[in-house]
Amino acid sequence: MKQYIARRVGYSLLSLFLLSVTIFLFVRVTGDPVSLLVEPGASPEDIENIRRQLGLDQPLWEQYWHFMASLFAGDLGQSFYYRVPVLDLYFQRLPHSLLLAAVAMALSLLIGIPSGILAAVRVDGFWDSAGKIFALLGLSLPQFWVGLVLILFFSVYLGWLPSSGSGGVLHLLMPAFTLGWYFAAAHMRLTRSSMLEVLGSEYIKLARLKGLPEALVIGKHALKNALIPVITLAGINLVVMINVAVVVETVFAWPGIGRLLYEGITFRDFPVVQGVVIIGGAMIVMVNLLVDILYALIDPRIRLES
Amino acid sequence: MPSPLLSLENLSTHYVSQQGTRVVRAVDEVTLSLNAGETLGIVGESGSGKSTLALTILRLLPAAARITSGRMMFEGENLLEKSDEEMRQVRGKRIAMILQDPMASLNPLFTIGDQVGEPIRVHEGASRASAWKRAIGLLRSVRIASPETRVSQFPHEMSGGMRQRIVGAVGISCEPRLLIADEPTTSLDLTIQAQYLKLLRDLQREHGLALIFITHNLGIVAKMCDQLAVMYAGRVVEHGPVSRIFNRPMHPYTRALLGSIPRMADNRDHLTAIEGQPPDLASMPPGCAFAPRCPEAFDRCRAEAPPEFTIDHETRARCWRAPVDASAKAAS
Repeated sequence: MKQYIARRVGYSLLSLFLLSVTIFLFVRVTGDPVSLLVEPGASPEDIENIRRQLGLDQPLWEQYWHFMASLFAGDLGQSFYYRVPVLDLYFQRLPHSLLLAAVAMALSLLIGIPSGILAAVRVDGFWDSAGKIFALLGLSLPQFWVGLVLILFFSVYLGWLPSSGSGGVLHLLMPAFTLGWYFAAAHMRLTRSSMLEVLGSEYIKLARLKGLPEALVIGKHALKNALIPVITLAGINLVVMINVAVVVETVFAWPGIGRLLYEGITFRDFPVVQGVVIIGGAMIVMVNLLVDILYALIDPRIRLES
Repeated sequence: MPSPLLSLENLSTHYVSQQGTRVVRAVDEVTLSLNAGETLGIVGESGSGKSTLALTILRLLPAAARITSGRMMFEGENLLEKSDEEMRQVRGKRIAMILQDPMASLNPLFTIGDQVGEPIRVHEGASRASAWKRAIGLLRSVRIASPETRVSQFPHEMSGGMRQRIVGAVGISCEPRLLIADEPTTSLDLTIQAQYLKLLRDLQREHGLALIFITHNLGIVAKMCDQLAVMYAGRVVEHGPVSRIFNRPMHPYTRALLGSIPRMADNRDHLTAIEGQPPDLASMPPGCAFAPRCPEAFDRCRAEAPPEFTIDHETRARCWRAPVDASAKAAS
């Protein structure tokens, strides 16, 4: 088990290093941030001054070295635009993202797992077909469109829900549903297929041969096995949700890190973009690591393989 | 004569395709009976309907299968008239079954004790603790060493032979009257196979179990069974006491099966096989299903399917020649 964890940690660190190089280079391909920070008609000396201030006059490898050195010291640098530490900005926005992701995840599991089980148990029946349509729409409708249509119905026509911003529970509903639908579809499809596979297994046949009530066959023997891949996916998805809500947060003007990233890209605010992506990447890598370990704890077979 | 424990009368199970156009007669007009404590062997090639017959008895068939006719009397009750809930209470409690793949038949996520004790908790309402205790006793009775430790282990910590004995323990956990074993030894190596068969025989004697033994291994039949039913293309082509069938097989298919057992004494450099392939169960030949492969077939065999001839009170065969042969033997 110790060896297993050590190997997983090694892979995780390697992934993060590759991510840091990639985002560092990619963000610099988007263009010159200084041109967005200075007034039109600023003198070349002023521009050069600002560039020096921001450290953009140094060669790339030196900039990268500086970025990594301060990263290890726990410093993500200062935002070019807001002129405050990136971490401060990040932690201001994070609670909003966490709240949105938690509610969206709860919705996606509450919808996805029961409907996935129902679809598998009544395969090719009405619920299976209804679930297929729900999942197809969730996976294929673009989030900005779903968000706009929801706003149109519930805010413009009906006037029930606020169209943007954060505040009460009502503000949460539409963004959480818009974000959660896609994941509900993913969780449902995976629950269904994994349940179907398990239901065809010999140990389910033996459970039925033992004369167990169907509720016990499905709810105990099949469900625990079928949920293993769903737990993995949901764990990863929770962190993905925090970090990919860029479109949803922009449509609903939800002040989370998705929108912070959006602003960072718009203003070519290199430290903000690098910071948000590196933290997001670290979270996703960490969760994969955790899920791998959790997986080993749930499934006794993995414990021994390492 | 006491009434048999299990008697199947003209039992048919058909698989029907979704459009209803293709009907596969997996089990066709099977009549068999079995007394308490007796062992019935069912042999036949793959696809001859042996496993479908077993699942028919337990009424645990795939959705596409239908039991289309017949009666299935068990301890004086017709199992075909029972509700699904009543049938569930028969499974595992009065009729148990052992599957052929020990590696796959135990749930990987639950302990041995949980899985062995489960039928006791469900059928007898035993508490978790007392079912656990009974599970330890059951493991001991299937010769698992140090059952107190094994009971809290998981299936992946056991060898194939141990797992199959555990599946056997699950089978006998509620002291059923009838145990159906579907090729329980095919995936075990030979020494383990012999141990397992001996174990089954001991359990049978201790618990007064009736046993249905599904296999394609005639050597096992000779050692284990009292009665034998030979299946071909969904039908029982010959049924009778094992010793009689081995000494004097009535049906040409049975003769061919017996002839295909390799023997050391024969010192042959080739194996005897039955020529041809079994028929497609969805489009059977008009006459006897075995006629196209039968060395003794004559015109009537190809035109008209033979009924089940009763040769004497315990022997039946589906062959036009059977009654003739029998009377010839009797005359000589």
